[in-house]
Amino acid sequence: MTDNNEELITTKEVSLHMGPQHPSSHGVLHLVLDLKGEKVLKVEPDIGYLHRGTEKIAENLLYHQFTPYTDRLDYMCAMSNNLAYVSAVEKLMDIEITPRAKYIRVIAAELSRISGHLLGMGAWAVDLGAMSILLYMIREREIILDIFEQLCGARLTLTYLRVGGVRYDFTDACKEACQHFVNIMPKRIDEYEGILTGNRIWLDRNKDVGVIKGDDAINLGLSGPSLRATGVDWDVRKDEPYLVYGDLSFDVPVGENGDSFDRYMVRINEMRQSVRIIEQCLQRMPDGPFNVDDPQIVPPVKKEVYNNMESLIHHFKYVSEGFSAPKGEIYSAIESPKGELGVFIVSDGTAKPYRLKLRVPSFMNLQSMNELSQGGYFADVISVLSSLDPVFGECDK
Amino acid sequence: MDSAKEKLLVDKVVTAFSGEITATDTFRGDVTHTVKKNSLKSLCTYLRIEKDLGFNYLVDVLGVDRNTDTKRFEVVYVFYSIPNKQRIRVKVQLDDGESIPTVTDIWRGANWPEREVYDMFGIVFDNHPDLRRIYLEDDWEGYPLRKDYPLRGYKDEFNPNGEERE
Repeated sequence: MTDNNEELITTKEVSLHMGPQHPSSHGVLHLVLDLKGEKVLKVEPDIGYLHRGTEKIAENLLYHQFTPYTDRLDYMCAMSNNLAYVSAVEKLMDIEITPRAKYIRVIAAELSRISGHLLGMGAWAVDLGAMSILLYMIREREIILDIFEQLCGARLTLTYLRVGGVRYDFTDACKEACQHFVNIMPKRIDEYEGILTGNRIWLDRNKDVGVIKGDDAINLGLSGPSLRATGVDWDVRKDEPYLVYGDLSFDVPVGENGDSFDRYMVRINEMRQSVRIIEQCLQRMPDGPFNVDDPQIVPPVKKEVYNNMESLIHHFKYVSEGFSAPKGEIYSAIESPKGELGVFIVSDGTAKPYRLKLRVPSFMNLQSMNELSQGGYFADVISVLSSLDPVFGECDK
Repeated sequence: MDSAKEKLLVDKVVTAFSGEITATDTFRGDVTHTVKKNSLKSLCTYLRIEKDLGFNYLVDVLGVDRNTDTKRFEVVYVFYSIPNKQRIRVKVQLDDGESIPTVTDIWRGANWPEREVYDMFGIVFDNHPDLRRIYLEDDWEGYPLRKDYPLRGYKDEFNPNGEERE
């Protein structure tokens, strides 16, 4: 019967431009959609509206001056970007940071993972028509941002992690705030699940939408939750443990079908695991210095700068000359909320990187848009896009 | 890096491609092989298929401008092996204006990163299915990440602070 119908109703192929100012395009994404009726024939993402030449800027800055720029990549979870960059510089310079700094960094990175997932999923639900869930998620994200404010005074663009350690100590007040967050968060995640996981509309819009098989996902360069939803068990935190992830017990949630719903479940479960990680770090965090003992790399405490001549000179030298890194090339990667976030640095022995390349997960993940949406309905493009959770500060660099 | 891993990532690959790999560099545990352009694809396939190497994931393709007269550009391929949890890099050196074969037929995911290298350095990938600029508009002049491209760009009606073109 359907065949006959198709003959009766003639549908014409149309090319539709979605974005770059579309509210559900998560920033400035321009999609060129080839449609036949409601069916999607081809999706062609057009990116670059937010291209700021970050890599060119990096080549002209001292190593420590580039840290604030990394905040502006994936601005939903700035700590992860800080971590990727500073650990790359530390690998290049062969610096081993202090145990306390490692625990602080893990807490910071996991908090930012939760905040990134919260906003990503909240926006996703709004795109599919569920308004209230975003408000629930923003409520908890607010707690995290308050913790960040206590930590370093900033809420979004943090620059808290620095080469050689962190900028300020992790105070007892922060510890209490984190503990409070860890106590309430599991129940709050249950709340989100109560609204979404069994929700008929949510299931209809996401189950069997944007399906991809594990092999195809690997071939296309997907990483992070989007890859794990296909059943591929790869998490940089687990497989190449950095900081103290090797000593912590946590699971890597994986999906089965590789559809939008599995990408959602992986993120939900990842948040639960992040809470577990933060809890363990709070218990185990040792006392001690939170920066390496190397005045070349670590600036003096601000208070000292105002009261002490030597510190003022130290500060001046640090800010104006920076520190030079040995000649060589390194690639260092972390598991950011979106996937593998890597930094490739070519150093020529000076205080500025000769070439700095950011391997950003949003860019690589977005590449699979066509594969995921082809043959589906137009309305599902929104679900697929949101489930990939691209952030354009990062994608466009 | 432990010796078993070094033996695998360095010795095994160099032996299999003796004469084709011109340099091997190990720095902070990262192994980089510089390979002749003609052997790039066979090396990629070898790294991917060989069981104990198993580099099935193409992490990134990127360009470097060395700003020298000969072999000005480098194209670096970063690989990861999901089953064996190891990393390796392959590098190809190119003259200005020289093209390089695409690896999109081995990894479809190479599509965008190769376009990015083209966009930023002007390096042409032969047989690439869709070689267009990716970040900048199609009529952009110059390749921004080349070392001779000015930091503020070139002066035009939209960019009064840029440098004058010669």
